[in-house]
Amino acid sequence: MSHRDDLIAALLGPDGPELTCEACFEELDRYVDLQLAGADAEAAVPGMGAHLAGCPACRDDHESLHEFVRVASS
Amino acid sequence: MRGTVPSVPLEPTASRAPADTLDAESRRWLDDLRGEGHLRDEAVARLHALLLRAARYEVSRRRRALAHLRGGDHDDLAQQAADDALVAVLRKLDDFRGESRFTTWAYKFALYEAAVKLRRRGWQERELPLEPESWSLLAAAGSSPSDHAADSELLVALQAAIADGLSAHQRDVLVAITLNGVPIDVLAERLNTTRGALYKTLHDARQKLRRRLAEDGFDIAGMGTGQP
Repeated sequence: MSHRDDLIAALLGPDGPELTCEACFEELDRYVDLQLAGADAEAAVPGMGAHLAGCPACRDDHESLHEFVRVASS
Repeated sequence: MRGTVPSVPLEPTASRAPADTLDAESRRWLDDLRGEGHLRDEAVARLHALLLRAARYEVSRRRRALAHLRGGDHDDLAQQAADDALVAVLRKLDDFRGESRFTTWAYKFALYEAAVKLRRRGWQERELPLEPESWSLLAAAGSSPSDHAADSELLVALQAAIADGLSAHQRDVLVAITLNGVPIDVLAERLNTTRGALYKTLHDARQKLRRRLAEDGFDIAGMGTGQP
């Protein structure tokens, strides 16, 4: 994806329903555990993927929890 | 609190796993933390050690962005994050529904506390760029010889929509977060509001831009941030 596409994507955000930051935080642990178990986390928490794509801070928090739990569990 | 922007889509609470499906380790954590005396004190100490490990991980993950901090500052910050996370976890213990492992749920608070502190520290004493300093980036992105004319037209329309289709507050929030890379919790602190309220503003601004571009005849279906 080009820099121009990245800018347009960031400005327009998710194309569809998404969670709020509060709901994202509430669901984050369940979502991560489901992901690490190989389950369909997005089906269980609809709108989470869209929110993570559109909210840089929540995306950062998700990456951190996912990676930490993955390493801590291994 | 659950919610979406705009309205939809979480499954109803009734469909969620009851707490009696807790795994044995999570059950033990809850029992110990709800216990009394020495048993509880030990559990709280173990929990703090767990949270501190997570907070130190987060500090380490972001160390490169915090080159101006001394080593001792890093650990002070991790300790503060672990302390704050411990308070949050103990206060919210009855909110834990057993839908994840207890440790994953607890780690979330430590990583969050550390991340927020680190993002704020990273922007300490820096003026927030609310003005669209990235306009030039946007303009440059649209003026590349390799760009198609339609893409350039979209960028011009997008710039116009941002300039005259949004409120000043929506424009400030959109530009700061999406173009200038200001962390949303840093912006929330400076504007004396919440991360959730700012994201709602950002969401509303994005919806306005989408509507405006659609009215201008642009096909923007599928454009924007997809799924990670």
